[in-house]
Amino acid sequence: MATKQSRSAARLMMAPAVFLLLVWMLVPLAMTLWFSFRKFLPLRGGDLGFVGFDNYVRFISSSSFWPSVQTTLIVVGSVLLITLVLGVLLALLLDQPIWGQGIVRILVIAPFFVMPTVSALVWKNIFMDPVNGLFAHLWKFFGAEPVQWLSQASLPSIVMIVSWQWLPFATLILLTAIQSLDSEQLEAAEMDGAPVLRRFWHIIVPHLSRAITIVILIQTIFLLAVFAEIFVTTGGAFGTKTLTYLIYQRVLESQNVGLGSAGGVYAIILANILALFLMRIVGKNLDA
Amino acid sequence: MGRITLQQVAKSFGTTEVIPPLDLEVNDGEFVVFVGPSGCGKSTLLRLIAGLEDVSGGTILIDGEDVSNTPPAKRGLAMVFQSYALYPHMSVRKNIAFPLKMAGVAKADIKKKVENAAQVLNLTEYLDRRPGQLSGGQRQRVAIGRSIVREPEAFLFDEPLSNLDAALRGNMRLEISELHQSLKTTMVYVTHDQVEAMTMADKIVVLQKGVIEQVGSPLDLYRNPANLFVAGFIGSPAMNFASGATAQEFDATTIGFRPEHLKLSPEGGDWTGTVGVSEHLGSDTFVHVDIEGVGKVTARADGDISLGYGDTVFLTPDRARVHRFDVHGLALR
Amino acid sequence: MARAVTNQRKIINTVIAWAIGLLIFFPILWTFLTSFKTEATAIADPPVFLFFDWTLENYTEVQERSDYFKHFINSVIIAVGSTILGVLIAIPAAWSMAFVPSKRTKDILLWMLSTKMLPAVGVLYPIYLIFIELGILDSKIGLTVILMLINLPIIVWMLYTYFKEIPHEILEASRMDGATLKAEILYVLTPMAVPGIASTILLNIILAWNEAFWTLNLTAAKAAPLTAFIASYSSPEGLFYAKLSAASTMAIAPILIMGWFSQKQLVRGLTFGAVK
Repeated sequence: MATKQSRSAARLMMAPAVFLLLVWMLVPLAMTLWFSFRKFLPLRGGDLGFVGFDNYVRFISSSSFWPSVQTTLIVVGSVLLITLVLGVLLALLLDQPIWGQGIVRILVIAPFFVMPTVSALVWKNIFMDPVNGLFAHLWKFFGAEPVQWLSQASLPSIVMIVSWQWLPFATLILLTAIQSLDSEQLEAAEMDGAPVLRRFWHIIVPHLSRAITIVILIQTIFLLAVFAEIFVTTGGAFGTKTLTYLIYQRVLESQNVGLGSAGGVYAIILANILALFLMRIVGKNLDA
Repeated sequence: MGRITLQQVAKSFGTTEVIPPLDLEVNDGEFVVFVGPSGCGKSTLLRLIAGLEDVSGGTILIDGEDVSNTPPAKRGLAMVFQSYALYPHMSVRKNIAFPLKMAGVAKADIKKKVENAAQVLNLTEYLDRRPGQLSGGQRQRVAIGRSIVREPEAFLFDEPLSNLDAALRGNMRLEISELHQSLKTTMVYVTHDQVEAMTMADKIVVLQKGVIEQVGSPLDLYRNPANLFVAGFIGSPAMNFASGATAQEFDATTIGFRPEHLKLSPEGGDWTGTVGVSEHLGSDTFVHVDIEGVGKVTARADGDISLGYGDTVFLTPDRARVHRFDVHGLALR
Repeated sequence: MARAVTNQRKIINTVIAWAIGLLIFFPILWTFLTSFKTEATAIADPPVFLFFDWTLENYTEVQERSDYFKHFINSVIIAVGSTILGVLIAIPAAWSMAFVPSKRTKDILLWMLSTKMLPAVGVLYPIYLIFIELGILDSKIGLTVILMLINLPIIVWMLYTYFKEIPHEILEASRMDGATLKAEILYVLTPMAVPGIASTILLNIILAWNEAFWTLNLTAAKAAPLTAFIASYSSPEGLFYAKLSAASTMAIAPILIMGWFSQKQLVRGLTFGAVK
């Protein structure tokens, strides 16, 4: 409901944001697509011409591809599982009346605000260092041989670091969702004689299902892009090369832009499939 | 001067026509009320005049000048909204001063005008409060204050009293009427409450589904409704209707008769009925009677009448004041 | 209605919750404590928790050795700059979508969000190339623009949800009062939306401050913000726990404090209003 004047003003005022994002999306995307069809080695001869789908085939058939897919799936899957299970439990706990609730909440969400490079470095050195790390001291205290965390148990270590960073996010969103649950509904179920576990499965879980879906989708999008944690800790060694990291190495480390771009296109397609699901949920919630 | 002329003004949202082309004249200094059930297009019509919506067709003239494409700020009109629409982050003083500030009036003049308006509206002691700290009636007065300082060509009111409780509504009705008497500025007032329309208007415009059903003075509409809709909408309690054989007796498809034009008698009359609920208002009593062959009607009787539930009464309509309507619901004169 | 719980339950819950909370917070606490230890105490076995000679020398040394302050300022300029720039571009756009919605508004909003989902690594080389061409590799301005672009969808989205809560009629009233579009946005909308705008700014400064893909890949010595600066500590020869902790503490402290203030808005901002 508006007049022609306000509608044209609206179009004008929306233009800068729309234009910028359009450029931001289309220009690099077009360039990535272009490179992906060319043999492009900036340090070894530059642009060596059109190669069709060669890069796409080579990216998939390279010996690093499937391990990287596997690594990606393990990282994303494990972090999701850990953050969701612990997140639900923590949210349920924090929803209970406790003393100092505000402070506990602050303690729990703090890791989310720690920059990825800091948390990776702190975990890598102060905790996981096999000689001077806190874990090494702890292991020695119990008479055990200290673990070479980032080389012997590299993937679990990274999963642990990333889970620590994302647990607060899951907890906070699930807690918000739980708090919007009508307590009368729970009381009614209690009056009806439903035991605790049934109340959990039949009232709380369905109520949380939407929040859980959102946590899964948003975290997946961010987890697929995990970079700094690997960059700082293992640099992609010891089986911690995710798809994102593989593409990064192809592009910047081995300077094979064509190959890396083909990988980039795969990553973009993957992310878009996920984004589509997220958009549908967000869109449903939007009464614009 | 504040003469507003609508010529073939129409409005559609997408493909739905909300207001088919209509003509209307609001004279300078007139208090015009648009009344009708919710969704009748009265608010849309007001917003068209205000310039908050574009007309889909036709022209709007203010003092003979075509303003159809003029933005609201430049039409010289002021509007009071249903939700008051006060600026919550500004004090009462700043709220009232806002239109003057926008018009670039000098600071000293603004101060003087704001204080004048505050005095007229009994707001002087609240000038430094925020709208959130005021009662509903006070907020409404601030909204009015904000509109009068601009000395507009005309005031537009969009259901300004519907958020107030009944007692306050009566007071504000009087205040707005008095304001109109003292300012003599054109006012266009939208309401769904026919009591507000009857008590305040110089001229009532009855709307239904975007169509003007009738235009006239309150008593004109009351006495000579042009059709069934107006007859049923204006007046409280509503007019009684009867059709069938009873109406044919009057050479009409439908007849209507107001509660006060029915004579109630325990002894005898034209119609026999059974008494239902009686509503005692003190000065009057409204008796609901089920008349055989006519249906349920309401009759006005004296305040001290005493009829029991289920009693038999006789009713006689004042034949001179029976309204007759044809097949299309139009009044037969 | 709060559900009645026995005191005993409450005590048990409190103990468990505090234990878990402290466990989760422990790495941050430990880093904070270590930053006040000498290098020898920092790696002592068994570890020292609270009873050591507190020293500030790590902080002064980090500053002297690596010009910490320069990187801190880089972070501030990039995070605040990109956020302010984003908000200035987003306010008019959000106004349009919230108050003059059309059939396409929803599509545009969702499309904007979808640009946020674009995996950065997929467009790393093009951006790298463009930056070299424009001569803005390792420059604050380049990073500011990139971070503004990646956060713009969130800024538009958050402002949109806040603006939607402002009654239409108030803006219409200002139009009737003779306000131009500029006056309407400046004197009526913006002051009314101050809380929303503030939390949008806060959350986006946090996101920009912690962004670690573009800041790592597009900067070297000159424009490196704290994310990249801290990463340089990963080389083993320069490794000193106490100094690493001091640098880390300074890098996360301001954001941690801002984050605690914005935890409510965080949910709304990061789920695009889908969870409130």
